[in-house]
Amino acid sequence: MIEKADQIFVLLLHWLVGFLPASWQHVASTILCVATIVLLYPALFAIAVLLERKGLGRMQNRYGPNRVGPFGILQPVADGIKSLTKEDIVPFRADALVHFIAPLVLVVAVFMGFAVMPMGRNMVLVDMDASLLFFFAMGASTELSVFMAGWSSRNKYSLLGAMRAVAQMISYEVPLLLSSVVIVMMTGSLSLVKMVEAQNQYTWGLPHWYVFTPWGLAGFVMFVIASMAETNRSPFDLPEGESEIVAGYFTEYSGFKFALFFLGEYVGMFGIAGLGTTLFLGGWSAPLAALSVVPSWIWFFGKVMLWICFFIWVRGTLPRLRQDQLMNFAWKFVLPMTLVNLVVAALWRFMGEGLLRWIVCTAIVVVAYAAMGRVEMRRERLGPRSYRYAE
Amino acid sequence: MLGEGILKGLAETAKNFAGSYVSKERLTTVQYPEERIPTAEAARVFPFLVYDGTDWEAGLRCVACQICEKECPPKCIYIEKSKDKKPDYVGKLQIFPARFDIDVSVCMSCQICVEVCPFEAIKMDTEFELATDDRFEGLLRHRNQLAKSNEYYHKIHPTEAAEVDARLAEEKAKVEAKAKAAAEAAAAKAAAEAAAKSAAPADAPQATAPAKPAEPAPKTTGGGE
Amino acid sequence: MSFVFYVVAALTLAGALSAVLLKNLVHCALAVSIAFAGLALFFLQLDAEFVGFAQFLVYVGAVAILVVFAILLTRGSETPKKTEIFSRTWLTGLAVAGAIFAVPAWAVLQAAPWMIHTTEKPAVTVQEIGNALMGRYVLPLEIVALLLTAALIGAVIVAMHEKEGRNS
Ligand code: SF4
Ligand code: SF4
Repeated sequence: MIEKADQIFVLLLHWLVGFLPASWQHVASTILCVATIVLLYPALFAIAVLLERKGLGRMQNRYGPNRVGPFGILQPVADGIKSLTKEDIVPFRADALVHFIAPLVLVVAVFMGFAVMPMGRNMVLVDMDASLLFFFAMGASTELSVFMAGWSSRNKYSLLGAMRAVAQMISYEVPLLLSSVVIVMMTGSLSLVKMVEAQNQYTWGLPHWYVFTPWGLAGFVMFVIASMAETNRSPFDLPEGESEIVAGYFTEYSGFKFALFFLGEYVGMFGIAGLGTTLFLGGWSAPLAALSVVPSWIWFFGKVMLWICFFIWVRGTLPRLRQDQLMNFAWKFVLPMTLVNLVVAALWRFMGEGLLRWIVCTAIVVVAYAAMGRVEMRRERLGPRSYRYAE
Repeated sequence: MLGEGILKGLAETAKNFAGSYVSKERLTTVQYPEERIPTAEAARVFPFLVYDGTDWEAGLRCVACQICEKECPPKCIYIEKSKDKKPDYVGKLQIFPARFDIDVSVCMSCQICVEVCPFEAIKMDTEFELATDDRFEGLLRHRNQLAKSNEYYHKIHPTEAAEVDARLAEEKAKVEAKAKAAAEAAAAKAAAEAAAKSAAPADAPQATAPAKPAEPAPKTTGGGE
Repeated sequence: MSFVFYVVAALTLAGALSAVLLKNLVHCALAVSIAFAGLALFFLQLDAEFVGFAQFLVYVGAVAILVVFAILLTRGSETPKKTEIFSRTWLTGLAVAGAIFAVPAWAVLQAAPWMIHTTEKPAVTVQEIGNALMGRYVLPLEIVALLLTAALIGAVIVAMHEKEGRNS
């Protein structure tokens, strides 16, 4: 029974595909899986938007949307209908083709990442060796789409927003990758499925999640920071800083194309949250050995939603950074921390079992964090800036 | 240590989040169509025409002098004078507006029309739900929509309305006193004349007769207020 | 070598050709990234997962963006007034292009005879690539790493603040 509940989607798929001739089965199951992913995440997107609007409202002592349907739960439907029926305006001087393709590239690239995401036991579309690499490769192409959107609009705000977004995404991709490399070092594999399997073990009923190790915790914190920046979430949402550049790279988008950008942003968030869950929080494994009876997919989606809630919480709390603060933070704090973390992980690996490695690794991480924090928090001397070679 | 402030901030927002479910005082939102804050007495949105009595057409104070039409900065008042006349609050016969339209979409709520009106006929309303889905006709408010009773005026701007009423009553009293004085003078004159010349009764009653019925008439309309 | 191959090939060629022929520089850069993506797909078709994804990550994700940034920061994205595509030094260009074409062509011709006879593709897993990089090719890897680090430090020095003395 427990087994059945855990594998319900897999069994359902087999049962559905069973009606077809054998030669079609492979194709049909692929199509079914893809369709499920493509339908599931927009549904989650609707839930997340509602959660976000409600949660932010409550953090600011407001009600949030509460008009459409009971407690406002149909608000996303209303939003969807609104954006679908709005006029689609393309600026006269815009580069029509690129302007049209940009949102499509974004959405396609963002959805591709889910192909390798293990969303439950045996629930992964493509189990390939280099799935982590695949995920990052797909994530990298979103930058191009952001640039295309900003450049093709022929609007200074769009272009500035795109430049900001691309600069930010490139800067934070480095720490994002480096903080995941630690996991690769430990698992000895680039496969996300293997990573979850490695974490799906229990000692005294407690899980072997990577976040419960010194290097894992440090990597996790850095990953969370970098993932927020990577998905342009507050406090790193400069690319769409309303006060300076209207809406950033999608200023000139309206109607359905705007909805696609919005969708792409949130689905990208799910992607990165899913990746973080898989890397650090044990993917679909239960937080306690005793809780393994609960289906694995519930754990995966639960963790992803928790992650999203945390993003919302942070958005309700922190103000937006300034561009130079953003860059300083990436290159002077997050990046060095991830590099230190690499060394720590290597030490952990070679020190063997025992209490000693816990003490040493924790000490290094804490000292590095405190030292770098001190340097970061030193008050900067203000004055006119000049550059050595830029005259 | 770095990150301390962030944790404090997170705790603060979490407190707000949880608190908003527990204590009602935190939520300052007024759920508008169901709940409303009473409008301030000095609120002003859009002009309306005051009428006295119960019949809006008869009681309209406006005499179609068109001062407001001329003074309105965006020129959103349209008045057409009537051909016939009707008695105003003191009983004097006056023309009245056969058409009096104000365009909501143009009016900028400046209250200048109210300030220039010599007859206290136009005042500012606090009614703000003027939205309509008809962009042309719906936004042009006609005489019958603009006319609101003096009681209504008292309800929305009590202080101001009391002042206006006092002023009007004073004026009316003055007019009445004048009329009375004139009537008394006329009566005295008539009496004197009658006393002086008890003969020749043909001319004098004829001269006073048209004046006398005209005097009681304003009294009845004034009493009806 | 099937239908998919021809589609990808057409896409890659179209991207590469438009990168050369289009007049708007940003369009060229975008077309080049299509060609890069096509190449990545070729690698994937040959079951070279690692190389394919690395190609995607590095070329589409980073190099294309770098090109675009370079264009925007230097000349702007305006279409040049002159309509001719061929530059004045087309002869040199032709020579360079011919030389560059000759090298891979020679390599392919050399490799072709034994490639045709191999029926199965060599299955190289990511694990093996990792082992090879850390074992046999560790020296080249280290040299490349050193080079890149030097470049990184150089970039930091170029962008560094001037000393305080010059501030006032
Ligand atoms: S309030 Fe001002 S704009 Fe409106 S009708 Fe009166 S004078 Fe005109
Ligand atoms: S509202 Fe007043 S100013 Fe305007 S026409 Fe009537 S009496 Fe004259």
